Amino acid sequence: MKVLVAMSGGVDSSVAAALMKDEGHDVIGVTLKLWSGPRGEAPTAGCCTVSDAEDARRVAAELRIDYYVLDHTDDFKDGVVDHFVRDYASGRTPNPCIECNRIVKFDRLLKRLDDFDCDVLVTGHHARTRNHNDVWELLRGADEAKDQSYVLSMLTQAELSRTRLPVGELTKREVRQIAAGLGMRSAHKPESMDICFVGDGHYLEFLEDVAPEVFEPGPLVDTDGKEMGSHAGIVGFTVGQRRGLGIAVGEPRFVVRIEPESSTVVLGSRDDLMVSGVDLSAVTWTDGVAVQGEVMAQYRAHGDPVRARIDATTLIFHEPQAAIAPGQTVAFYEDDKVLGGALIAATSL
Amino acid sequence: MIYLDHAATTPMRPEVWDVMAPFASSVFGNSSGIHQVSRQAKNALEESRERIAALIGAKPAEIVFTSGGTESDNMALKGAAWNPTHRSGVVTVATEHEAVLETADLLGRFDDPVTIVGVDHEGFVDPEALVDAVDGDTAVVSVMLINNETGLVQDVAAIARQIKEAEPEVYVHTDAVQGFASEDIDVGGLNVDMMTISGHKFGGPKGAGLLFVREGTVLEPILHGGGQELGRRSGTHDVAAAVGLARAMELAVDDRDRFRTEVGQIRDDFEKRVMSGIDDAVLNTPADQGSSHHLNVRIPGVRNETLLMRLDQAGVAASAGSACQSGAATVSHVLEAMGLTPNQARESVRFSFGWTSTLDEVVEAADLVVDLVGKLR
Repeated sequence: MKVLVAMSGGVDSSVAAALMKDEGHDVIGVTLKLWSGPRGEAPTAGCCTVSDAEDARRVAAELRIDYYVLDHTDDFKDGVVDHFVRDYASGRTPNPCIECNRIVKFDRLLKRLDDFDCDVLVTGHHARTRNHNDVWELLRGADEAKDQSYVLSMLTQAELSRTRLPVGELTKREVRQIAAGLGMRSAHKPESMDICFVGDGHYLEFLEDVAPEVFEPGPLVDTDGKEMGSHAGIVGFTVGQRRGLGIAVGEPRFVVRIEPESSTVVLGSRDDLMVSGVDLSAVTWTDGVAVQGEVMAQYRAHGDPVRARIDATTLIFHEPQAAIAPGQTVAFYEDDKVLGGALIAATSL
Repeated sequence: MIYLDHAATTPMRPEVWDVMAPFASSVFGNSSGIHQVSRQAKNALEESRERIAALIGAKPAEIVFTSGGTESDNMALKGAAWNPTHRSGVVTVATEHEAVLETADLLGRFDDPVTIVGVDHEGFVDPEALVDAVDGDTAVVSVMLINNETGLVQDVAAIARQIKEAEPEVYVHTDAVQGFASEDIDVGGLNVDMMTISGHKFGGPKGAGLLFVREGTVLEPILHGGGQELGRRSGTHDVAAAVGLARAMELAVDDRDRFRTEVGQIRDDFEKRVMSGIDDAVLNTPADQGSSHHLNVRIPGVRNETLLMRLDQAGVAASAGSACQSGAATVSHVLEAMGLTPNQARESVRFSFGWTSTLDEVVEAADLVVDLVGKLR
């Protein structure tokens, strides 16, 4: 096969490229240039810094594969960053890394496979794909602690059939061992946790910088509607947040709801955080067939899946769940197999 | 590999490397020293300077050795703007090399008056517009000889004359980096006070260049230190680079007639094949005012990033004009200044030809371009 490997410079995608090369495939490595900051500066944190691109280039040279940097800054700005700003302005809590997978890597880049005359796209995600009776399945990665199937839960047959995830078959330890054996500089690199375009700072500083207009002051109210204070903008709040509320009361208070129309942030007790279900949007099914009824649902990247039931576009939990933020992704599982994914549009009490 | 990116850099001529090698081994002396091995180095340096001066119609003392085009452009603009006895303004053109534009931008940020003059759809600057932009504050006007992206040749001699007539005190600088292989370059004929030359564009070493500085032109140095180059450019001389630069310039001058005719023909043949093979391709290089060795062409519907990578996969090296540090193709400021939309600029590819180009290889490359464009559409 001729394969296109999305290389970030990190250990996982570097090893993915090495494994494909080892298997005898014709490998092209690419790094996506996604962001250069409002004033053209390169990111210094996250998964796509200039030094990461240099690392990717070095790895590609060591592996003797062709390597290019592809400019997808427009796609990233339109699809990920603007969406991030819009989501916060609407009282949601976006996950830009998932949007980057959805829109940039597994849509725009995947669509360019033909440009490179390549058969499949390879990434360094810790998840597995499997062809079962002509249906491509997405499964949790072999390393439970590193599993990233959640962030790929929006992939369907169109994408999975043209995607390979070789490191998903390995544990992180094995990946690092392979990298060290190949003398890769990235073998011991710490994992990136920051949002690349936000960098080292807080996301609010980023929003103040690029979209000061989204800061609209409003009231902090309790669940009965009684005003308890004021805030500089709903963008500063996430459902479940306890710190930085700017009010002092005896018992712990949490953000339980954000009402964007009136710029209102609703505070409540721990009990008020509990929701019985969520409304879903952008629902996708891995094999294209909608599932109704019992599933295991995971609504945080590293959260445990919980028992739930799908009824049309509503997800109803068996046990009430705490602090679910609209804008986040929920992935549906049957054992290790991803059934599909969705965005949380709203929560219901 | 078929190499069609000679405007980025061109292979060193083997004779150049031969004359450089001793200065990386036996003749290692510091040209500023007093002992024999240093004198040998110093002699080679000064002899190179004399030969270079003779080639471009200059005096030896008018040659300042630099690390290349970027440094020479920086020296010309900053040196003129910062000279305390001179004015401080800069006038230049929107299609100049980044080494000029970014330097002008810096000077502007430090409150020197900077004017960037636009160009027409072919890339020509209106000499009247340049003259209008020049005033009593203007220290230097910079206009390049051959555009590095499109190959457009500007009539620098006429522009310089008009500016000098209007404002005799103004220094005129030209970045002639893309022109030395093909143009008869004589600083008297060009009417310029300063001229940038870079060795690796015509078979010389990288990291070797010069700024011609006409006698009487006073520049504040941009590198301060031991006072080499008559105080104009401090730093231990790279004698090997200077010797290599001189040899490469001689070889380029000797080869100029052949270069213009043969490389020009090769370029024209490539153009003909690409234009007849791709019906809707559009030339960004003006038909009769282009150089003998550049071709910039827009292929609607095909992203240059993709075409360039597919060409690379097939063994053909070309470029989008300028590349940023990461290697990603960026939108050309030259094409944007000519009025192309960002998307049109992203459909534009530069092929450039050089002293090693052969007809056979460009025929093969042109067929490949036509074939790939068919596949990518």
